[in-house]
Amino acid sequence: MKRVFPILAVLTAALLSYALYEALVAAPTEQTMGDVQRIFYYHVPSAWTAFILFFVNFFASIAYLVWRANKADIVALVTAEVGVIFCTVVLVTGPIWARPVWGIWWTWDLRLTLTLVLWLIYVSYLVLRRFSSSGQTPLLAAVLAVFGALDVPLVYFSIWFFRTQHPQPVVGGGGSIDPRMLHVLLINWLAFSCFAALVCWSRYRLEVIKREVDETLALEALLEPRSAQTKTSRYGSGG
Amino acid sequence: MSTVASLTRATLAKDLRLEWRSKDAINSMLFFSLLVVVIFSFSFDPTAEESRQIAGGLVWVAFLFAAVVALNQTWAREIRNQVLDAYRVSPAPPNALFLAKALGNFIFVTVLQALMTPLFIVFYNLRALGPAYQLPIVAALGTWALVVNGTFFAAMSLRTRSREIMLPLLLFPISIPALLAMVEATGAILTGEFSAKFWIVLLAAYDLVFTIASLFLFGFVLQAE
Amino acid sequence: MTTPPNPQAAAVVILTDLVKQFGRFAALRGVSAEFAPGQFYAILGDNGAGKTTLLRALAGLIPPTRGSISMLGTTELRSVSGQMGYMAHPSLLYDEMSGMENLRYFARLYDVNNAHQRCADVIRAVKLDPSLTRPVGQYSQGMRQRMSLARALLNDPKILLLDEPFSNVDARSAREMVSLLAALRDSGKTIFVVTHQAALLEGAADEFVWMEAGQIVSLTPDLRPVETRLEAR
Repeated sequence: MKRVFPILAVLTAALLSYALYEALVAAPTEQTMGDVQRIFYYHVPSAWTAFILFFVNFFASIAYLVWRANKADIVALVTAEVGVIFCTVVLVTGPIWARPVWGIWWTWDLRLTLTLVLWLIYVSYLVLRRFSSSGQTPLLAAVLAVFGALDVPLVYFSIWFFRTQHPQPVVGGGGSIDPRMLHVLLINWLAFSCFAALVCWSRYRLEVIKREVDETLALEALLEPRSAQTKTSRYGSGG
Repeated sequence: MSTVASLTRATLAKDLRLEWRSKDAINSMLFFSLLVVVIFSFSFDPTAEESRQIAGGLVWVAFLFAAVVALNQTWAREIRNQVLDAYRVSPAPPNALFLAKALGNFIFVTVLQALMTPLFIVFYNLRALGPAYQLPIVAALGTWALVVNGTFFAAMSLRTRSREIMLPLLLFPISIPALLAMVEATGAILTGEFSAKFWIVLLAAYDLVFTIASLFLFGFVLQAE
Repeated sequence: MTTPPNPQAAAVVILTDLVKQFGRFAALRGVSAEFAPGQFYAILGDNGAGKTTLLRALAGLIPPTRGSISMLGTTELRSVSGQMGYMAHPSLLYDEMSGMENLRYFARLYDVNNAHQRCADVIRAVKLDPSLTRPVGQYSQGMRQRMSLARALLNDPKILLLDEPFSNVDARSAREMVSLLAALRDSGKTIFVVTHQAALLEGAADEFVWMEAGQIVSLTPDLRPVETRLEAR
């Protein structure tokens, strides 16, 4: 396992560099929007990566509720943190793209709005984790994650219908996509996914070590002799 | 044999009786709701045509703020004297407690709405151009959507620091689809320009999903230390 | 007087290496003991010894960090919660309702038969008046503690867990509560009382459990000074 990490790191660095080149240089220029459209190669893969991470979070939370496995809780924590970061990327690149193209900063675009709501839900998840007393945090967080996941399809449909009643520009353009652009998009998505996996893995290991340290300290506090006492057995009196 | 239904009824009756006896909570809530309506009316002073468009949003945001203040109080009575522990050590099913609290909140928030709505109608000269009979349906479904999750998250907030801010923080993001539905449905009915049917169905789906989820998961939250 | 434990009777509560930690603070550091049915146990010790944590763990309010609790033959404490009565220093009562109203509600939680009669009976057993309509919040501390005890007795539990039932209670009420508890023990109930006032229980309690720093340090039928220790067997 120890050797996989550096290999993955090198692979990710290579992929990211290649993807960067493809996105900024090699990909064909979009005919109506010009070079601004290249932000598409960051906006969309970030969204997909975030959604996948939250998906994993959902399953990890259920796993925790069923088996109370510490590892499941750590996976949930890690995917939520990294997912929020990727969501932030989507929310920042969206307006940056929309402004020069349509003249407006924000549009209630389906993907953008869904990402915003997910961002809000998972930030509240992280706040809950921070504000609850440590014994209860995994349980409460897992419950909240289930609620959040149940909410997602409802959010999707509500925004979708809202947009049919109040038409708005679509950030990212609907319709078909040039196969060369699709190729660049997928390369970037692969690179982002590897990067996400790398960061998650590091954070996971960090959290595992942190919890081991905490548990060791707790055990030490337990064994520290406050006074030389023995435990009793049976009924204690006489025989 | 004590069923969930009879226990829910007993707990709800107890809560209503307690609320009636210590009327200060109701009175301050009613006054707060009145203030919210007045302040909104100062802030948004539209023509009758415009007001029909935005009234849906205004009314429900006002209800939301009033509801949050009410919801924060939900479990306060159970924390005093640690009475909640008495429930936890008993064999009584957690679901009955949850349902009773949620129903109590529903009644409470509906009372607040009953006060606030006529005031909104007056201040904004509201008149429904669409099917007005749908309004109570939207109100009931929408209120339940806020209350069912609100009660649940209020219980979760008991185990956190900054309890009062935790509740809206958890509630608002998850309520977004329901809020959108409430606002759009109300707007559709008032303006008569669209059908509110899709939104009503969405609200019903939302209510169903989260009522089941809350009943399923409340036991975990109650047993948390 | 105290009756010797029946060696044939199965232990009603068994603690196996019970550990409870709140973050780094270890409230219980590996408590192992077996408690016999029909005995009156007094749990004593300084503040911070872990007495309240132990009682709350027995009541099922605090899940153990490690180790196990077996009560009435099962480790699923919720399944036997109907046979257990719990009383703590907060009154666990609604201040705005009368004693009878409070008990009528809690009787519903335990599915008590013949609720009205039963509530009146337990209120009388703690020497209070069932017809009193004053809200519990206006009771004196002694009355409130007694009403709280009545609530714990409502379901005729086999095991009673009482945390500081005599604190802030006048001497006469305290003595009355002790003799009530002794009578309940005589009728076969197992009673655990956490208290600072060890002297009150002399003559009534069967065994005195001394706790210190999250462990049981002695379990004897006589109220001995804290310095006495049992040798490890």
